[in-house]
Order: sequence, then C-alpha cells, then structure tokens
Amino acid sequence: MSAAEGTLSRNSGRVALRRNMGRVFYGVCLAATLSGILALAVLLITVASDGLGRVSWDFIDSFPSRFPERAGIKGALWGSIWMMAFTAVIAIPLGVGAAIYLEEFARRNWVTRVIETNINNLAGVPSIIYGLLGLTVFVRLMSLGGSVIAGSLTMSLLVLPIIIVASREGLRSVPPSIREASLGLGASQWQTVWSQVLPPALPTILTGIILALSRAIGESAPLIVIGATLFLAFTPDGPNSQFTVLPIQIFNWASRPQPEFQTTAAAGIIVLLTVLLTMNALAIGLRLYFEGKRKW
Amino acid sequence: MSATAVPTRGFVTAKERERRRTIRRIREAPIYAFLFGCAALSIFTTGAIVVVLIEEAIRFFRHVSIVDFLTGTTWTPTFADAHFGVLPLFNATIVMAAGAMIVAIPLGVLAAIFLSEYAHPRVRSIIKPVLEVLAGIPTVVYGYFALQFITPELLRPPFGNDVSIFNAAAASIAMGIMILPLVASLSEDAMRAVPQSLREGAYGLGSNRFEVATKVVVPAALSGIIAAVILAASRAIGETMIVTIAAGQAPNLSWNIFEEMAAMTAYIVQVSLGDTPRDDPAYGAIFAVGMLLFVTTLVMNIFAQWLLARFREEYD
Repeated sequence: MSAAEGTLSRNSGRVALRRNMGRVFYGVCLAATLSGILALAVLLITVASDGLGRVSWDFIDSFPSRFPERAGIKGALWGSIWMMAFTAVIAIPLGVGAAIYLEEFARRNWVTRVIETNINNLAGVPSIIYGLLGLTVFVRLMSLGGSVIAGSLTMSLLVLPIIIVASREGLRSVPPSIREASLGLGASQWQTVWSQVLPPALPTILTGIILALSRAIGESAPLIVIGATLFLAFTPDGPNSQFTVLPIQIFNWASRPQPEFQTTAAAGIIVLLTVLLTMNALAIGLRLYFEGKRKW
Repeated sequence: MSATAVPTRGFVTAKERERRRTIRRIREAPIYAFLFGCAALSIFTTGAIVVVLIEEAIRFFRHVSIVDFLTGTTWTPTFADAHFGVLPLFNATIVMAAGAMIVAIPLGVLAAIFLSEYAHPRVRSIIKPVLEVLAGIPTVVYGYFALQFITPELLRPPFGNDVSIFNAAAASIAMGIMILPLVASLSEDAMRAVPQSLREGAYGLGSNRFEVATKVVVPAALSGIIAAVILAASRAIGETMIVTIAAGQAPNLSWNIFEEMAAMTAYIVQVSLGDTPRDDPAYGAIFAVGMLLFVTTLVMNIFAQWLLARFREEYD
C-alpha cells in the first residue's frame, strides 16, 4: 500500500516536471515566433523615425543631387516603373505559358522531369548570377547596353520560376472534373484550358504575378551588374534608355558617409516599402475576395 | 421539304467531324509549340548561365592559375602586384552565412514548431503572413538596417569600438532575420506532413505536447528541416546587398566577426560599380568568383531537393 503510494507520488512529481518542461518549451517557441515579428517592428520603426521627416512631394519629384537636402527619387522611381512594366510584359506570358504546358499538356516523361528539376534549381540561383548572365548575353552579345530592356529581360529570367510555381498551383487547384466535362462536350484541350481551367485559376496566378513583381522591384544586385546607372538626372524615355531603380538609388545613398544621406536613404526606403506593402495588400485582398467566390 | 432540312442543320457526318478535328489540331499546334517553348526556356537559361560562366572563367584562368585562385590567401586584384587568391572572399561569405544560420536555425525551427504544433489555426493565419513580410523586404533595406541599427544600437553598446562600422556580425544578424521565414515556413511544411496518427500514437502512450513535438514530430520531419536549413544557407551565401552594405568591401581573411570583410558577391558589386577595363583580369575575376558561387549554391540546392524527394516518399 505504502509502496504503491510512493510510486504514485514519485510519478506525479515527474508528471509535474514534464508539464513544466512543456510550459517552458511553449514559451520558448512563442518567443522565437514573436522575435521575428519584433524584428520587423524594430526595422519599420527605425526606418520611419530616420526618414519620415524627409518624405514629401518634392522628394518624390526631384532628381538626385550632391546636396542631400535637395536630393529626390524621381529618376529612380520612374526607372522602377519602366523596368516593372517591361518585366511584366515579358515574364507573365512566358511564366504562365510554361505553367500551362507543365500542368496541362506535358506527358510524365524524362523531358518534363528535367524541366521541373531545372526550374527548381533556377529558383535557387543567386540573383547576382542572373546579373552576370544578363551582362554577357543582353548587354554585350545583343548590344543592348545598360538599358531598361536589358534590365527587364534579366529581371524576367529571375522572376520566371516564381510565376511558374504560383501558376501551376493555381491550375492544379481546378478539379479534373471541370476538364473532363469540357473535353466530354467536344472541346479541344486548348479550348478547355483557355475557357474552363484558366479563369478559375486566375486569382492564384495573379497573386503569384504580384509577388514576382514585388520581388523584381526590390531587387538591385543583378541590375548593378548589368550596369544600371547609380546617378541619373533624367527619367527613362523608352526601352533603350539608361535607367536606375529605387533600391540602387537607396544603396547609393546608404553607402555614403554623411548622415544626411542616410536620412535620404531612409526616406527612399519608406517610398519603396510603401509601394511593396501596397502590392502585397493587393495580392492578399485578391486572394481573399476570390476565395469567397469559388464555386466548388 | 423543310421537315427534312431540320435534322441536317446541326448534324455532320463522321468524316466531316474528323476533318474539323484535324483542322483544329493543326490550328492549335503553334499554341502547343509556344507553351512548350516557355517551359523549355528554363533549360536555355540554365545552359546560358553555365556557358557564360565557364567561358568567361576560362578566359580569366589564362591569366591566373586555377590552383592559385582556389588556394591563395591574398586578394589584391587591382594592385600592381596582383594576387587572386579567393580564400579571403570565400571565407567571408561562409563566415557570414554561418552567422546567419546561428540566428535563423533556432528561431526558425522553434517558430515552425509553434506554428505547426501549438498555434490555433486563426493565430497561425495571422502570424504566417506577417513573418512572410520579412522575406519580402528588399535586401538593401536590411543592409541599411544593419548599418544604421544593428551595428550602432545592438553591437556597439556591449562590444564597444572593437566593432568596426562595417562588420560581418551585423550582416549576419540581418541575413538571419531575412531567412528566418524561409526556415520557419519550409520546416513547418515538413512538420505538417508528419501523419496525425504518429502524434495520436504518442499521445495515447501518455506523451504531452512538448514530448510529441520534440520526440516524434521533429525527428520524423528531420530530413525536411535539414533541407530547409540548407536552402536557407544557400540563400545567405548568394545574398549580395546586405553583405555589400553592412560588411564592407575590404578583403580580409579573418574569423573576427567584428571586422570588415568583403564577401564574394561584394567583390562582384564593387567591380560592377567601378571602371575596371574589360580585359583586366580584375574584371574577369567576377566570372570566376561567380562560378564558385554558382557551383556552391547549386550543390546545396540539389542536395536539399534530393532530401525533400526522399522525405516525401516516406509517407505517401
């Protein structure tokens, strides 16, 4: 009797220990998760307190200057817009096309497997390597120079894997019964894809496109390598124009020793982050809106 | 008369139907070809990367022996007495990536355990997108953050002026924050792929949540977690702007994380910004460095994917 009681109390001691270990572990996990959010908050507060006083319409509508108080982001902002527009025009059809081929047409054979493995590997290639590729192929071989179009082509190759992966996910979420019904009514495979599969997959694809473009707008290393200019006092006027982009302009200011230029860099970051957060919010909103409308 | 015309209106013979189908197939052939071309472009991209790097690297290795490049400890490409030993750059890249992993592995894996094993679905659906914002912040912003906050506010107070303005530690911490969501989200995917029955078995034997998480879920998801860590490390190795802005551009073969050290990527940026002539070996060196970077990250990515593929088979 007493021996059994002893075992019981010893066990309940172990149970309490295990329970406490569990609580401590829960706390540690929670703290780790919150540390990421804390880091985000500190980053945003640092940037805002450094640069918010510097953001104004003048800042957005002025060219860079040797004098930090007069410097603005006009050239860089327009450069980013031009680069984004061309990247979208080039990368969206190619990316969605590749996804449609792989999801809807490709046979399960070694060619398909090679393409798929290859896309996965491309997604992991450092962005600066794309810069070296663009420098050799687009800038020199095709003699495009450090132009908007050379930058956009380089950036398109960089974001293609993102668009392909998101588009495939969207196409895969359309149930096979939709395709079978369409094929059964006599539609061809392409008619089925175009009229039945693509429309319901569009929200996911759009979300992927927005994410890909927001990656493109924040990327600077490959554009520095292809020779996008650091200091530019005009806006691009066509695909062959020289250009610079927001992150490169920020990099330029952040690498100067004068504290006034650091403030200018922070102001540039605020503009860049505002654009990015707007795009992300758009992507999330789109997903929520269409998820509510899904018919199956 | 009209009564006999009615059935022929929508009716076509089998032969006619076959003819129309053939026409449609011919008409759709270019579409098919275009789609295949889009998918095949990825192969051309990879091929072009490999050809460009090899061709330009070979040109560089005519001036500098490949052994000197890989084993040399002095990197002074623009000096009159030029040395092209890549070890200072390679070492800096590895030191900073390792530092980033010291930050990202514990935080990322613990966050993954929280999201997969503890968090209410609603909490999870809020926390995950917020963490993903971290991954979407441009790397120049992290560079600025490292230079303007991590070094002066986090590192200088405890370690004093031993910490140089440009230093590897600040770059490491910033990169660690950047890749934290990658580690967390890929590890969480691996943990959620662990079948519920394994957890229930452990609960049935009297385990609590902590024991289920650490003794069942994490071991079962280990290959996926390791793959996540390798992918994140490869991202840190290829990262450019953070190390360029925060760790500086002076080659320095050192283990002291409070010193300035130029990473491989930082050298490529430095040359791209400067006016080094094209036929100068200092210029060609960016392709040799790029080659080394490409091979390193490619090997890591392939290994991670191999791990993931093996892991997936286990529970299918």
